[in-house]
Amino acid sequence: MLFAIGVVLIENGVNLFLITLGYRKGAIAPIYTQAPSGQAMVLPTPQALTLTSIVIGIATTALILSVAMMIYKHYGTLDTDQVRRLRG
Amino acid sequence: MNLSNHIPILIVAIPLLAAFLVPLIGRINKKATGILTTLALSVSLILTIALAVKILTVGPQVYVFGATSPSLTLPSGLKFPIRIMFQIDAMGIFMGLITAVVSFVGAVYSLIFMKQHSGLDKYYSLLLLLTVGVFGMEFTGDIFNFFVFLEIASIASVALISFRGIDLGEPAEAGFKYMVVSSISALVVLFAVGIFYGQYDLLNFAALANVIKYSQLDKIALGILVPVLAMKAGAVPMHMWTPDAYSEAPAPISMILVAASQASLYALFRVTFSLYNITLNTLAVGWIIIIFGLLSMFIGVTMAIIQKDIKRLMAYHAISQTGYMFLGVGVGLAVLANPVALKQYGITAMEGGIFHIMNHAMYKGLLFLTAGALFFKTGTKDLNKMGGLAHSMKYTTIFFIIGAAAIAGLPPFNGFASKLLIYESVYRFNPLLSIIAMLVSILTLASFVKVFHSAFLGPKLPQFKEVKEVPRSMVFAMAVLSCIIIFFGLFPDLIVKNLVHPAVMSLIEQFKYTGTVLGGM
Repeated sequence: MLFAIGVVLIENGVNLFLITLGYRKGAIAPIYTQAPSGQAMVLPTPQALTLTSIVIGIATTALILSVAMMIYKHYGTLDTDQVRRLRG
Repeated sequence: MNLSNHIPILIVAIPLLAAFLVPLIGRINKKATGILTTLALSVSLILTIALAVKILTVGPQVYVFGATSPSLTLPSGLKFPIRIMFQIDAMGIFMGLITAVVSFVGAVYSLIFMKQHSGLDKYYSLLLLLTVGVFGMEFTGDIFNFFVFLEIASIASVALISFRGIDLGEPAEAGFKYMVVSSISALVVLFAVGIFYGQYDLLNFAALANVIKYSQLDKIALGILVPVLAMKAGAVPMHMWTPDAYSEAPAPISMILVAASQASLYALFRVTFSLYNITLNTLAVGWIIIIFGLLSMFIGVTMAIIQKDIKRLMAYHAISQTGYMFLGVGVGLAVLANPVALKQYGITAMEGGIFHIMNHAMYKGLLFLTAGALFFKTGTKDLNKMGGLAHSMKYTTIFFIIGAAAIAGLPPFNGFASKLLIYESVYRFNPLLSIIAMLVSILTLASFVKVFHSAFLGPKLPQFKEVKEVPRSMVFAMAVLSCIIIFFGLFPDLIVKNLVHPAVMSLIEQFKYTGTVLGGM
């Protein structure tokens, strides 16, 4: 089931894209307590978005793999060319 | 504390709480799970109606999470909204009403229909989560929040489609297909969210709409958002998951899935109308949506005619009917920048398209439920193996006739009302489009005459001697939808004037949408 791997790859790509949006050169982590004043911070929102997206990604990956297991149980193969009872 | 300000969140929160309560209750009493689900969804339905009355009389509602007051959109000292919020205007509540009715009817129908299955607590839990996801997609005013609800809805619907995958191979196959389609489309939506955030530092729909410039990056975002949302709505040529998913899911779930894919359709309209509006090249994008519609209408219906599986046939009709919505709203979008044409026929075309969304959810839901009733009693979905069922299933036959007449656009049912609006307005835009739409309607009728003939007419078959009418709760569920269909068919003016027209105007007039958040900035 290369589809499952492909979906995970796309997901990682989007996550990397999101996290780089908040990057600022030489900035520190966005924690306000005891932060040196005047120092630039990276944007916290993309990090929150990425974290949410990673959590959702775990759910989708788990579900996609469990459905793939069910398919293997009934069809005896994971070759998508042979998993074709629904057509027309 | 005034509770009526908190209705928007309660509509989502009550099913969400019930979704996690259901497995716990299921440990004590298996029967109580279905009843709890029905109760939670009926409360949601009542609250949605209350909210609809409020929105249509007072105006759009916002609900800001975590703020000191639910209507505080702009924290003091800031020029743009930073909190997640629900923003519900006439269009959002229009879709919310569809979801509320369909999920309530689906839960009532499931009480008996799913009785012989094991793992019912999980089934009801997922049904509630699916409803939560769809409500959230329709109510949210935050583009990242939209992605989260999209994923909730798609994860729940995949699990429900492959619910019978433990015993059969086909539901698992359909579920896998839908999972790949929906997770990729959700990730593409997330990528578009990233593009918007990178440019404008904003995630709020209204605030984005205020500053959007239609730069090169915005064009890329639009170019990836329109196809994936059309794919989730089941438009040809990205329709391959629709017949599999609709036909393999249990009947009440097929009905709710129709509402779920319409939520993606709603998101497509929200992006094109409320986010970009006249900044984009409306004629080109309008024509792209019209072409999606034409392809869906025609290919959907021609594929439906050759089907032998009753639910697969109806699923192809769902694609075909989605085409009408694309056509009506696409014409509205194409003339959006032209005030004269918009007033002459653009608004009417959009009213037809938007009204058709609700009509389609009702009659296609009814048809899926009658197919489920046939499957429940005969154990087959193959039309060639059925026959003579009108003798023993009288109510189901009547409901099927109502649904089939409505989908074919015969008066006095609701399909006629919305199709007529589309025909007469689209004819003034381009006569050929209107003629194709009518042709598709005739083919739809032909296909349903075939279903009626092979399933219900003819002599009583010996193998179906023991078949009786379905239990009362299933008849009740179908009767509710039939009453709505007939009511909408008899008083279309009432619905169009009070419900559809405000929805269309809230799409067309962008400042109405942004103004509720930004306070007329």
